[in-house]
This record gives sequence, C-alpha cells and structure tokens, in this order.
Amino acid sequence: MVETVVAGNGDGVAAAVPRRHVWHRGTVQILATGIPLLLLAVAAVAAPWLPIPDAGAIDLSSSLSPPVWLDGGSWDHLLGTDQLGRDLATRLLWGARLTLLIAFSSTIIGAIVGTTLGMLAGYVRGWTDFAISRFVDAQLAIPFLLLAITIMTARGQSIGAIVAVLAIIGWAQYARVIRAEVLTLRSRPFILGLRIAGASPARIIFRHVLPNIADTLLVLATLQIGYVILAESALSFIGLGVASPDISWGAMLADGRELMTSAWWLVAFPGLSITIVVVLISLLGDGVKARFDPRARTR
Amino acid sequence: MLTLLLALTIAFFLARAAGDPARQVLGNLASEQAVAALNKQLGYDRPLVVQYVSFIGDTLTGNFGESLRYSRSNLTLILERFPATLQLTAAALLIAIVIGGLLGLLSALRQGSLLDRIANFGTLVLLSLPLFWLGLMLAELFAVRFQLLPAGGHGEFRHLILPAVTLSGYVLGQIARLTRASMISVLREPYIALARAHGIGATRIAFVHALRNAALPVVTLIGVQSGMLMSGAVTVEFVFAWPGIGLLTTDAVLARDVPLVQALVVFGAIMFVAINLIVDITYAVIDPRTRAPRHG
Repeated sequence: MVETVVAGNGDGVAAAVPRRHVWHRGTVQILATGIPLLLLAVAAVAAPWLPIPDAGAIDLSSSLSPPVWLDGGSWDHLLGTDQLGRDLATRLLWGARLTLLIAFSSTIIGAIVGTTLGMLAGYVRGWTDFAISRFVDAQLAIPFLLLAITIMTARGQSIGAIVAVLAIIGWAQYARVIRAEVLTLRSRPFILGLRIAGASPARIIFRHVLPNIADTLLVLATLQIGYVILAESALSFIGLGVASPDISWGAMLADGRELMTSAWWLVAFPGLSITIVVVLISLLGDGVKARFDPRARTR
Repeated sequence: MLTLLLALTIAFFLARAAGDPARQVLGNLASEQAVAALNKQLGYDRPLVVQYVSFIGDTLTGNFGESLRYSRSNLTLILERFPATLQLTAAALLIAIVIGGLLGLLSALRQGSLLDRIANFGTLVLLSLPLFWLGLMLAELFAVRFQLLPAGGHGEFRHLILPAVTLSGYVLGQIARLTRASMISVLREPYIALARAHGIGATRIAFVHALRNAALPVVTLIGVQSGMLMSGAVTVEFVFAWPGIGLLTTDAVLARDVPLVQALVVFGAIMFVAINLIVDITYAVIDPRTRAPRHG
C-alpha cells in the first residue's frame, strides 16, 4: 500500500516512472482503493436488510460498554456502545448512509452546475466569461464554513439544505478548472474545423468538448467527494448539519464529544471512519489521474 | 475590490433570500406578531433591494450592525476577539511553515527513502482527517491521559500549544507536499547543475540556491489556504474553548444571532481578500520576475 502511495502522490512525480508501469500502477491503485469503498457503499445501502441490530435500538443495560478488546467489552458490541446502549458499529454503518448520500449528491450537483458554467465561460468567452469568472473569484473569497453558516442559520437545518450548501461550496472549483481546460481545448484544430463546418456551439460543447474534459472532471469530482465529507462533518460538528435522530459521522462526533472523557470510542471511531474513507478516496483520485489523465502519463 | 463586493452580494442574498431569519432566531413556537416585530427591528420587512443597498452602504462605512444577543456593536465584539484568533492562526502557520517546509525539503532531497514514504503517507492522513477530530484526540491524549497540557483556557503559552498544533495540521500537509514537488522541479534546473559543477556543497545548494525559488509556489499556497485556516479556526476554537472569532462564530450560530453571523462572514471575506493582497505583494518582493509588466 505504502509503495503505491509514494509513486502516485500526484505531484507530477509520476513522470519518472516508465509509461507501462504507470498504466499498471494506476489500475492497481483504483482496484485497491475502489473495492473497499464500493463494499462500504453497498453495505451502507443494504444496512436496513442486514442481520444487525437497529441503529436506534436502546439497551440501557449495556450503556457505554467499551470495544470488545477492552475490559468489560463483549462480542455483542464490537466497537462498544453509547450512553443509550446503542451499538456503535451499527450506528457507524447507518451513519455512512447519510454521509455518503450527502457527499455524492452535493458533488454531482456541484459538478453539473460548475462544469456547465465553466464550459460556457471557456467556450463563449467575452462578457459571459468575465461575469462567470468574477463570480467564481467572489465565491472562492468566502471561507467555506462561513458561507455554510450564513445559509444554514438563515434557512434552518434540513438534509436538502446541507446538500445545497455543499454544492454551492463546490461548484466554483469545477467552473475554474473546466474553464481553463476548455480555453486550451478551444484553440485545437478539430474544434476550429467543427466551427467552420457549421456545427452549433451547443453541439460542439456537449458532443465534442465535454468528452475531452471528462478525465479532468472525473479526477476533480473524486477529490471533491473527500472534501465534501470533511465539510459535512465540520458543519454537523458545530451543530449546523445533520441533527438527531438522523445520523452521519459528523453528527456522531458532535454527540460523542460530551461523553469523550468516559467513552473515547464514541469520538475515535467516527473520526477514524471519516479519515479512512477520505484517504481511500484521495488515493482513488490519484489512481484515476494516473490511469486516465493523459498529461499525468506523458508529462 | 470587485471580488469583495461580489462576495458580499453572494453572502447577502444567500442569507436573506434563502429563508426567514427572524423565524430562525425565535424558533417555531414564536407568534407571528413576534416574528414580524423582529423583522421590523432588523429592517428585514423592507424590500430586498433597499436592504441590499443599505447593507453595502453600512459595510463600506464600517457599520456592521448590532448583535441581538449581546446588544453591542458587532464590530466591537469581533475586534475584541480578533487578537486571540490572530495569535492562534499565526502560531499554526508558523508551525506549518517550519515543520511542513522542512519535511518537504528533506523528502525532496531523499526521494524514495523511508522518510519520504512516511512523510507522504503522514501528510495524506493529515489532509484527510477532520481537524476538530484531531483536536479532540490530541486533547484526550495529552490533556486527559498524560495530563501534560491543558485542553482549554487562554493566556499562557502552554494553552496555545494544542490548539495551534491542531490548526496547523491541514496547512502543514499542504506545505510539505508542495515544497517537496517544488524542490524536485527546481533541483532539475540547469543552474543547480551549474552550482554543483562549481563544487558547491549539496546542503548549501538546497538551502541557499534552490529553496528561494522553491518557496514561490508555497507563498501563493499560504494565501489560498488562509480561507482554510479561518474555517479550521472555527471548529478548533470550539474544541479548545479558545476565545477568538471562531468561538464567537459558533456562539452566534448556537444563539441564532443572525446579525452577528452576517457581520462575521463579511469580516471573514474582507480578511481573506486582504491576506491575498498581502501575498501578492510579498510575491513581488521575493520574485523580481513578477514585477515586470505581464504579457497580455
């Protein structure tokens, strides 16, 4: 694992490695990180049908029992329980549902909006480009948590509002990168040829530009998912994100904080879950980049 | 300036057009009359355009409004807390630059070594964990288990250590990675080969000749990351009860103090734009090339 990490840290170091190895390593890295993530996603989606205790099942007789390897721990509760005796491992899996759902949907919405505006700015140029670019600059000038706080305090908490907030935070990043990509693409001969042949701008953008920026978009979206998971956890932690009875990993951290001195596992494991998933996602992103991004291969 | 104005516009419309702030302040049990009265008091009953013009005008003249909870000027509240946040972020940035820079430098000089691998994986983890969780874990370890450092409080140097180390985490990872990549590309430059051919020692080349050029992208990064530091400060100050702007923010959020929250967002955006302006100027000082007129 460590070896693939070193070679693929995505700083352009991959250039030193011969070409066929890059292909091979990228694929290996995608499988090594993608399969655990896929398993987690499948398990999270299937959680209601799995033979595990209900996430809300209260059992006061086993309140705050520690993980199995500590004194007083039992195999009934692998990672221990919270103050109401609810099983932590089960709650982590249930928390993964909302964590991943929020991360995926806001990343996709942000990607669609950002990519459309980015392509428009890069292809049409002129005042459209100017307006969109200034808007992107302004968006990036507001620290993300402050922006999220603004919306959530005015709007009130709901899952929809969280997704919207995270999508709003994300779109500018796509718009900026995609715009730059389209700017260079635009001057390529085949685009010029299409324009001379009389293809409509909409057709060129969606049929010819979009497929050419798909690699960049894929890499960007992968990395963005990790970022969104971290943002959601911060938002939930300060009490503006997912709130009880809904559970996400961030909300579990917020709940566990008060009990931390007596039950450290309530804080340690949700945070560890976030970290492991974000590490895997970021390695997956590196793998995707090494495998699909033409520049990472040839540069 | 245009960026700032647009940022304020975004913040304004997201806050006002998105919902019903007075209802959020008073809760669902409040009567319609109470909500209407608060809306009137805050001026939210006026047409949106009028509100917007007066908001921009107030901001430009330094009028940040009055807090609902403290019944004091928002600007006074923010400026009171500002030194504590400045102290915390400066300490965190210092740690990040020194340790991150050193880590990146050594990794670049010893590519593929054990140190390089550990640093690479370590920074990946640092970039992937929620900062407030790192803070909680460090507090549990050093304050509760070993009882070496206080987990809360403010005033003495020892109070600063845990929050500053926590806050430095993300930026430290970024700086280490960028320094490494930047050093590696600089060390490939012909002038480094020339210096080597002149018989200048490897240490001297790395620290004197290469580092100065390798530092350029890192300076830019610090400007970009200052927003991340500000966001991080909110949760880290919350964890360690550090009496800065971040704690003021979470307090304002929990009290649903909408005017104060809005003032804090405006202040944050102004700070971010100001920091990036300073970074641009610093850049020109370090790199003479950027002083020449840019090509169209």
